[in-house]
Amino acid sequence: MAYETFEYDVLVIGAGGAGLRAAIEASAAGVKVGLICKSLLGKAHTVMAEGGMAAAMANVDDRDSWKVHFADTMRGGQYVNNWRMAELHAKEAPARVHELEAWGAVFDRTKEGKISQRNFGGHRYPRLAHVGDRTGLELIRTLQDHGIHQGITVHMEYTIVALLKDGDRVVGAFGYDRERGRFRIFRAKAVVVCTGGLGRAYAVTSNSWEGTGDGVSLAYHAGAELLDMEFIQFHPTGMIWPPSVKGILVTESVRGEGGVLKNKDGRRFMYDDIPDNYKSQTSMDPEEGWRYTQNDKSAKRPPELLTRDHVARCINREVKAGRGSPHGGVFLDIAWIKEKIPNAPEHIKRKLPSMYHQFMQLANLDITKEPMEVGPTTHYAMGGIRVNADTQATNVPGLFAAGECAAGLHGANRLGGNSLSDLIVFGKRAGEYAAKYAKENPLGKVNDAQVEAAYKEAVAPFDRPAGGASEGPYQVQYDLQNMMQANVGIVRLQNEMEFALDGIQKLKARAAKVAVQGHLEYNPGWHTAIDLTHLLTISEAITLCSIDRKESRGGHFREDFPNKDPEAQKYNSVISKAADGSMKLRREPIPAMREDLKQVIEEMAK
Amino acid sequence: MKNVVFRIWRGDVNGGDFVEYKTEITEGLVVLDVIHKIQATQANDLACRWNCKAGKCGSCSAEINGMPKLMCMTRMDTLDTSKPITVEPMRAFPRIRDLATDVSWNFRVKKKIKKFNPRKPDAPDGTWRMAQADVDRVQEFRKCIECFLCQDVCHVLRDHHQHEEFIGPRFLVYTAALEMHPLDTEDRLPELKQAHGIGFCNITKCCTKVCPEHITITDNAIIPLKERVVDDFYDPFGWLLKKLRPKD
Repeated sequence: MAYETFEYDVLVIGAGGAGLRAAIEASAAGVKVGLICKSLLGKAHTVMAEGGMAAAMANVDDRDSWKVHFADTMRGGQYVNNWRMAELHAKEAPARVHELEAWGAVFDRTKEGKISQRNFGGHRYPRLAHVGDRTGLELIRTLQDHGIHQGITVHMEYTIVALLKDGDRVVGAFGYDRERGRFRIFRAKAVVVCTGGLGRAYAVTSNSWEGTGDGVSLAYHAGAELLDMEFIQFHPTGMIWPPSVKGILVTESVRGEGGVLKNKDGRRFMYDDIPDNYKSQTSMDPEEGWRYTQNDKSAKRPPELLTRDHVARCINREVKAGRGSPHGGVFLDIAWIKEKIPNAPEHIKRKLPSMYHQFMQLANLDITKEPMEVGPTTHYAMGGIRVNADTQATNVPGLFAAGECAAGLHGANRLGGNSLSDLIVFGKRAGEYAAKYAKENPLGKVNDAQVEAAYKEAVAPFDRPAGGASEGPYQVQYDLQNMMQANVGIVRLQNEMEFALDGIQKLKARAAKVAVQGHLEYNPGWHTAIDLTHLLTISEAITLCSIDRKESRGGHFREDFPNKDPEAQKYNSVISKAADGSMKLRREPIPAMREDLKQVIEEMAK
Repeated sequence: MKNVVFRIWRGDVNGGDFVEYKTEITEGLVVLDVIHKIQATQANDLACRWNCKAGKCGSCSAEINGMPKLMCMTRMDTLDTSKPITVEPMRAFPRIRDLATDVSWNFRVKKKIKKFNPRKPDAPDGTWRMAQADVDRVQEFRKCIECFLCQDVCHVLRDHHQHEEFIGPRFLVYTAALEMHPLDTEDRLPELKQAHGIGFCNITKCCTKVCPEHITITDNAIIPLKERVVDDFYDPFGWLLKKLRPKD
């Protein structure tokens, strides 16, 4: 069959923060760039990021520097991070943030008129450049409004179903447009995958329908290695009531601005469990904690601002112990600050406008008067496609990855605010090196047989008769999400995960028989059927890695191995596709950290 | 559990009609939840756009009982469920399928507006200084989530179809954000008057009413822009001054 074909030097798949930044950089390097959006331009999940982007600009506290940011990122990631990525990220984030201002971003200001920075969990000093609590929207809109004038060709509402190979090399992608269901070939000298997260593998998630791990799965099937898939971040504070909003994020800034967590008895339970490695930085005195949130440089942080994995588990513990809120979470109270400052309701509305709005409109709750009910929600994948720290190249020639779908920077746990900075630092690098690769290599050859096979697989759900052995895609998706939530979620156990691994194989068999009604045009049932294959692939990878890591670290918590194992700090989990098509896992030693970086960490621990 | 009837417009560019779906709802749902339920159980191929489900991405715009709204931010308990609830696509744009419309015109319009062009950095390290008070009004405009409900409700576009002559409230807000940006040096007033058709707006404020981000579109963005255009082109003293002291 003949397909309309587009030709680019660099094809970027995904148009969130990382994809847009990569496309802008590649275009600036003088190559022809195509950009694929699964949705409309500017709607990607980046818009949901609230708190800010971390960059050691030292605008609010001059003690901050890349070294402190580097050390914070490594400690947050519990030292299984790719230290080179953590170094590059800490060093380059300030320049990337300033660049956004040159492109029209309007950040909140300090009194001196500089970009303001706020406190966030795990960051030693106020470090997050922000715009109220809608920083992600500011980031994506700035990149979008700049990017549309850079000669980039944007393909909106396209879904990629396969990466095309010529021998070992990736030479393009194959996909369809949502509007008409027409299949297209995108030939490219280099491909950058920036497809974001995979939270949709779980029942409770802050991720939108797009977060189905497409890029991770596409790269895996094209031969790319995946790294550290066991590390999933469960954000401690998602909305839990009403049911329609279950999982939607309540930004950490609520706690950064002085919000406190309480159980049903009114106890600030975060004081009950402070990990040893954070004791020196955490205040046991509520008064001091409050002063910290109000930028008192001499004060230590309140325990509500400990790392996300820890806060999530503490909430989980309170709920399981029967000390939770009426709908199975805990209370997050910002209204209490009226005891501390005049005009507290106005202050809250100015600092947290989206949160005020979100609760008012969706839950009919005024956060300036009442506490919110919150609980953990699947938020972020630290793991993903394995990349070279400097170039963002994968092990497959011609294939690059950046942003949430790539792995390494965040180790076992990501600090809030390090995601938006990740997007712009490594999005830029991916664009730069993909353009370089494109200049050094010709277009590859498209394998017609591969294209035909991908087409047949994509449209197969239409050929299956409804009823009988077939079912719709939605039920299979729900069953997968519920199984992952229950068995490979926030607290993990060997036998439960083995049950899930077995369950995934059964769900694969069901997914292979899924039938859809209607036709190719704008058909969400069909799209769900295609997403299912990705969700199953990444769920298997998550489960395999989680079974293998017999310790608790960051986002990976095992009830049967509740402690950290020093030996397990020495390796990363690497997933690859074997010649027989099966998924293989191996442990790979983490390269020794450079001496000067080791010294930075020692210095900062003092 | 409560029974509700949804009348959803099904069809494509060639036409279509309302189809009734009966379903049960629980407490605390929004319209988009009910659409999803119908999609999962009765109409797998029911087309609608959505992403964030938290009023932040502006994808799920539709007309609910005739009012332009985000489906994800419209609680069921704000609607009268004793009568059928109608959900139809935005009328100001060509239809694609069911609730999805072709909003690509908006993306083309934005590209025609001159991009941000900052003054030279204020500090040797390449950064700028701006007071919070000076960026407040621009930040209001930059809250826009591009749901295009303001475009949908604007009679110049909705009823008179002047998409070629008028950029609509969304892009007047966009222009205002650029024009009032403390760092911007570009002049967009000539095209605002001509190609972008600011004069077509007769300040009925429908756009402000439907904005889910509560941006005061008319008062804070459009009227100040209109005043700037008037000052620039119709003020006789200003005109004389420009003649006597032309720029450069």
